[in-house]
Amino acid sequence: MSMRSRLGALVAAGFALALAGGASAQQQDLTLYTSREEGLIRPLLDTFTQRTGIRVRTLFLTTGLAERVAAEGANSPADVLMAADVGNLVDFVDKGVTQPVSSPVLEAAIPANLRDPAGNWFSLSLRARIVYASKDRVTERAMRYEDLADPKWRGKVCIRSGQHPYNTALVAAMIAKSGEAQTEAWLRGVKANLARRPAGGDREVARDILGGICDVGLANSYYVGLMRSGTGGPDQKRWGDAINLVLPTFGTGATHVNVSGAAVAKNAPNRANAIRLLEFLVSDEAQEIYAKANFEYPVKAGVKSDPIIAELGTLRVDDLRLGDIAAKRRAASNLIDKVGFDN
Amino acid sequence: MATPPLPPRHLVSPAAVWMAVAVAVCVLAVLPVLGVALIATGSSDGLWSHLVANVLPRATVDTLILMAGVGLLVTVVGTGCAWLVTACDFPGRRVLEWALLLPLAVPTYIVAFCYADVLHPLGAGPTALRALLGITNPRDLPLPDVRSMGGAIFVIGIVLYPYVYVPARALFAMQAANVLEASRTLGASRWRTFRSVALPLAWPAIAAGTSLALMETLNDIGASSFLGIQTLTVSIYTTWLNRSSLVGASQIAMLLLALVLLLVLVERGARRGRRFAATARQMRPLHPRPLSGTAGRITALLVSLPVVLGFVVPVAHLANEAAARVRFAGLSPVLFGEMVNTVILALIATPITVLFGLVVAYAVRRSRRAAAVAVVRVAGLGYAVPGTVLAIGLVTALATADAWIGAVARWATGVPTGLFLTASGAALIYAYVVRFLAIAANGVEAGLANIPTALDDAASVLKADRLRTMVRIHVPILWPALAAAGLLVFVDVMKELPATLLLRPVGFETLATHVFAEASRGTYEDGAVAALLIVLAGLGPVVLLSRLGRPRHAGRPPGPEADVLRV
Repeated sequence: MSMRSRLGALVAAGFALALAGGASAQQQDLTLYTSREEGLIRPLLDTFTQRTGIRVRTLFLTTGLAERVAAEGANSPADVLMAADVGNLVDFVDKGVTQPVSSPVLEAAIPANLRDPAGNWFSLSLRARIVYASKDRVTERAMRYEDLADPKWRGKVCIRSGQHPYNTALVAAMIAKSGEAQTEAWLRGVKANLARRPAGGDREVARDILGGICDVGLANSYYVGLMRSGTGGPDQKRWGDAINLVLPTFGTGATHVNVSGAAVAKNAPNRANAIRLLEFLVSDEAQEIYAKANFEYPVKAGVKSDPIIAELGTLRVDDLRLGDIAAKRRAASNLIDKVGFDN
Repeated sequence: MATPPLPPRHLVSPAAVWMAVAVAVCVLAVLPVLGVALIATGSSDGLWSHLVANVLPRATVDTLILMAGVGLLVTVVGTGCAWLVTACDFPGRRVLEWALLLPLAVPTYIVAFCYADVLHPLGAGPTALRALLGITNPRDLPLPDVRSMGGAIFVIGIVLYPYVYVPARALFAMQAANVLEASRTLGASRWRTFRSVALPLAWPAIAAGTSLALMETLNDIGASSFLGIQTLTVSIYTTWLNRSSLVGASQIAMLLLALVLLLVLVERGARRGRRFAATARQMRPLHPRPLSGTAGRITALLVSLPVVLGFVVPVAHLANEAAARVRFAGLSPVLFGEMVNTVILALIATPITVLFGLVVAYAVRRSRRAAAVAVVRVAGLGYAVPGTVLAIGLVTALATADAWIGAVARWATGVPTGLFLTASGAALIYAYVVRFLAIAANGVEAGLANIPTALDDAASVLKADRLRTMVRIHVPILWPALAAAGLLVFVDVMKELPATLLLRPVGFETLATHVFAEASRGTYEDGAVAALLIVLAGLGPVVLLSRLGRPRHAGRPPGPEADVLRV
């Protein structure tokens, strides 16, 4: 075989492969790109497949999800984009990888302040940013976010990196409510109270409280359920049992929530299936799975939370538009740098 | 008397052909970096006034402290252990000689997770200590936190010292023997011999190893962000994610590259003017001095410390967690497939990377001009760019290529082809090659440097052409260096996370992405099984690597194969 004909065969084989790849992609019923870890949503997706016969392929990645979809362009196999932070959802829109969807089912199930007015993204479940407090050393059972800056907690506060999206969103919400000056003072106060460098994850707040490193800390509500239910093993159960839960409020009386949510991809090859998945995820059945398996707050009114989470008391969701909070994200991130929160 | 025939004339000189091939390889290697540079030319919306005021000074200082600390640690531990196992004989030396390489098999981020567990007040270490001291409340025994600069230097350094140990040992073992003995004969103390003769001889290799370790430190995101260190790389991610500015992030990445170029210049300076190859063949292996009794035991203890801290402790912890996890939740059936995927990727990427490294390093040998040396440096840049940023640059380049291919295919066949390169296995392999070309090129280059150029001249006199010289003379001599480079690349590919995560095809998982998925669920303990499998899969290559560097029997003249083990 001459060099040229060999090369020709190689190219032909390559194209055949690409065509086969394209064909098999067409047979896929639905492709989900998610920056929310796949294991957390697997029970939901399996139920969806049972109910509809639509199979779901997933790709889990965090940093760069929107960039990858954008680079794939018109050929992108992605139908649904999912994320566990409102900032990520807004990023999808800003990078032009979503499309507006109008669905009476979604609009009826999801409160207006928890979805994009244009229908580019929808919240599917909620998590509150709450206070973990030592059972042994803390008597307070009600707190405001503002109280964490109180000098009486000097050397007693644990938190993960200020630049983590969960914390940036909280700071952004505070900026939206009280302005930058007050938020800066609050950040400086919390920074002065820290028992250790902001690091690790939310669960470590509970572990560090049990380990005696600190007395109080900020973390997401659902981790309590994951720890206390024992699904994370006996060690984590001990961490979870060492803390009391306090549902803090801003001065006004509402609690900061972040969301997990989803968007239909701009070039979704299976748009109808994508919308069906989103509509399924706000059904009573799916919302109960969110509550039971992941210990999240349902986004839909009338669906009950898990008993472990119900112990927190009634959640009053801040009525700020999530989009308005996301808009303050960069200001929040800059402020966190300015006070040297993570240093 | 007839004049001798002139050598055949080529229209294009073979050196130029080599150079052209090398440049082509470098262009491929540099394409993703150029992609990042292109993104960096965009507008960053006045971000820099904030970055300069509040982010970069601190990040730069922290990065430099981290690098200085890690650099010092890897140099001292790597060189010290290499010297002790070569120059002294003590109990356990034969085992430690190869065991010192084991930390290479453990990814840095996993060691960080392990130490955060082990050293936590509730972890095994402090719990045992409290039991020993009769203290019940953790608050009564405050211990230093691994989530600190000191902790990060320790964690990163204790995993990366083999990058220095491997080449330093090769140099000590083979090259310096009779020089060292001459020094002793002339009345120099052991210390003075080490300081004034052995160390300067090994210095180029030590500098090369240290610079690799430092580049790995620079692009680390997992360990430093988990331990709360605000490095420049961490600020790249923060700028990208929280300030939604990929442009700003790319600009910081470019700044980081400038830092790397500086590092490379310093390393070059450290290596300059040191070529010992010509005398290598006259060397005899060094006879180690027997240490018995207390001196021997103390030395054994000292040399085993890096193995214990960099391998035994984290792996024992992982094994313990993995066993508990398997009892509690069973063994995930997907792990086997992920292991196969991981090994297949490494098997494909490694030979390509080494071949490219050979081409690039060989071009330098051929031309020995500043331009050629610059080419090698440029080819290695991918190693210093944070993986995700590099992957974004790559995605941009590949998507463009896909658009062209798609257009041609539609024109030729009338059928739309979908994505050809983007998010294919080929993209992953490409990313690995770009990322680890520096390891391969450095290894081969150092190996080539130890083959006397007189050999080339001899081959040339015997009218062997360049390719023949390479295939028949250099490659056989270089074989151990190629293998060593290949094994390092293999292990690195298996450990690689950020680029794998971003570029893998839908539904394709590796052990590293499995660990990451568990970790991002907040249950990194669940990833223990997968993490342990990464370590186990890396053990084979690491043990092979250690055998390559083992000195041959005394009495047989050492071939250059031993001293080409520089990474």
